[in-house]
Amino acid sequence: MKLTKLLATGAVALGLATGAWAQDKTKVGFVYVGPVGDGGWTYEHDKGRQAVEKEFGDKVETVFVESVPEGPDAERVMTQMALDGADLIFTTSFGYMDPTINVAKKFPDVKFEHATGYKTAPNVSVYSARFYEGRAVQGHIAGKMTESNIVGYIGSYPIPEVVRGINSAFIHARKANPDVQFKIVWAYTWFDPAKEADAAKVLIEQGADVILQHTDSTAPQAAAQDAGNVITFGQASDMSEYKPKPRVSSIIDNWAPYYIARTQAVMDGTWESTSTWDGIREGMVEIGEITDAVPADVKEEAVALMNSIANGEYHPFTGPLKKQDGSDWLAEGETADDGTLAGMNFYVEGLEGEIPQ
Amino acid sequence: MIVLDKRPQPSRAWSMATPVVAVLATMLFGGLLFAALGKNPVEAIRTIFWDPLFGEFAFYYRPQLLVKGAPLVLIAIGLSLGFRAGIWNIGAEGQYIIGALMGAGVGLALYPLEAWYVFPLMVIGGALGGWVWAMIPAVLKVRFGTNEILVSLMLVYVAEQLLASMSLGLMKNPEGFGFPGSRNLQQYESAYNAELIAGSGMHWGVVAALIAVIFAYVLLNRHMLGFHIRLTGEAPRAAKFAGVRPARLILFCLGASGALAGLAGLFEVSGPAGVVSIDFNVGYGFTAIIVAFLGRLHPVGILLAGGLMALTYIGGEIAQSNLGLPAAAIQVFQGMLLFFLLALDLLTNYRVRAAWSEVA
Repeated sequence: MKLTKLLATGAVALGLATGAWAQDKTKVGFVYVGPVGDGGWTYEHDKGRQAVEKEFGDKVETVFVESVPEGPDAERVMTQMALDGADLIFTTSFGYMDPTINVAKKFPDVKFEHATGYKTAPNVSVYSARFYEGRAVQGHIAGKMTESNIVGYIGSYPIPEVVRGINSAFIHARKANPDVQFKIVWAYTWFDPAKEADAAKVLIEQGADVILQHTDSTAPQAAAQDAGNVITFGQASDMSEYKPKPRVSSIIDNWAPYYIARTQAVMDGTWESTSTWDGIREGMVEIGEITDAVPADVKEEAVALMNSIANGEYHPFTGPLKKQDGSDWLAEGETADDGTLAGMNFYVEGLEGEIPQ
Repeated sequence: MIVLDKRPQPSRAWSMATPVVAVLATMLFGGLLFAALGKNPVEAIRTIFWDPLFGEFAFYYRPQLLVKGAPLVLIAIGLSLGFRAGIWNIGAEGQYIIGALMGAGVGLALYPLEAWYVFPLMVIGGALGGWVWAMIPAVLKVRFGTNEILVSLMLVYVAEQLLASMSLGLMKNPEGFGFPGSRNLQQYESAYNAELIAGSGMHWGVVAALIAVIFAYVLLNRHMLGFHIRLTGEAPRAAKFAGVRPARLILFCLGASGALAGLAGLFEVSGPAGVVSIDFNVGYGFTAIIVAFLGRLHPVGILLAGGLMALTYIGGEIAQSNLGLPAAAIQVFQGMLLFFLLALDLLTNYRVRAAWSEVA
């Protein structure tokens, strides 16, 4: 144990030493779970990185490593960035949580920002977006547009973030269309075009004419296009190349303002460990253009729903709501608290099937 | 016109030389690839091969080479035994997963008991898990003549589903706020496969890999069973006359490679990884196949090949971060290595000569 500490301090001393002559440039590192060209999750994080470069120009240097497996490899990549003098490191996948905490312990002077996790430390912040707000809008459009009354949903992993999205989409689809059913397929991947395409095809074969996805590639969009009369939504990124159909709208993660603000904070020396969970109102979640494939009245309702979430009038989880087993969850007018939402591991009433255990 | 003449005996010289030539060819063509991407090829090659070993932060990367290389070597040693006898275990990835699950399962079941025997029990569990998973294709092959390549490969996907189910259900951390993944074994002292000397990268998996290398060397060179393995691969008919019983050989080779892969999984999950998670496996079981062939199925060769493979991974990450090389370019680079090795293997078995006279 002692030698680890010794090494760590040595590493920090080195970091300080190299930092001394490179002080004018703030170095920001990004660890990505997928390739930057995934067209979804990682693509948007990389756009955030580019925005940081554009904002600060010569005052910042950014580095990134893509397709980093979650586990010891991630830990090594982060350590390597810290050793090479990074001042701020964004780790952009849930599975990087423990590695981030481990590396942060060894480099107390480097700031870490972990996306979608829950463990913080004096030099580790967490940040995420309220994607479920966007799911509400998608759910409404899906409920109105489906003719077969079957909506297919490609889940990535059965974790609270994904379950929350399914619930939010389902609640609003049911409000728009009481006969709608959800069919959910778990792909157990964030990014695997082949698996995602297979999942989409299975759902379409089962009669789904709307496909929602919580995976990052555009493969389901392509599968929907081949099938013909199926609509989809861009996930994490606009996926605008599939406009106006099958992609009729999208949820866009806009990390740029957050990344710029946090980099600025490191430059100013005002960085503190925080937990951020922003949504449509703050601009971290954006709804991509609703195309003309959606009837004008549906589009109007969707925009109204989006605006009511944005100005705080409406919370997507507002009672009365019951859990899948029929037990009461939220009373009339009551809204879900963030703690319950963060750890959500149950379906709401009306959803079929079980969350894989 | 180029003519290939089959050599009466595989060339020993070329057998030794091809890995070296393959590495050099990879550097050359990899350099061209990096140059085409607008990077300085010399700097890129130096970053991948030199910096992890002798660069500014080598004190951190050298131990990491052991951490990354150990599971590759451990698995590849097991695979090489079977490969030599023509028994093809392609499913080491699955045995690695099951070993990790069984080993971690033992540890998690005993939590929070602190006792010296927790870790040894986990090691036994890990080896047993891998062995059991490899016994499925072995027994099916012996009893029903099924193809072990297909069965072992398909069982990888079954293992992955089991892994997902365990991370989400039975082994899920009860204090994890509903998120998938087990307790972190790094925080459970009796179960933690910590570094034996802190900062050295030497954990029990590295020790096990080195022991496996020595053991395999002795087995193949000094032991009757090793002789039978080699004989079966090189001269199956002669092996029959020598009294080799194929069924026993199949059970031994698949069992041994499964147990070693299971051990690798256990050492990884209880050490560097720490948690049973859905994405726990990162392809060591498949990469080890490359390592086994890169090392000419020879224990010492495998040790070197495992180190080289680990080097390209770690150096590749540094090149991504420092030079902005895309991950795909690094993967192409690694692919080139295997490609050149297989292509140059031709020289071991064939003599190449120009044959102008015969054409005329």
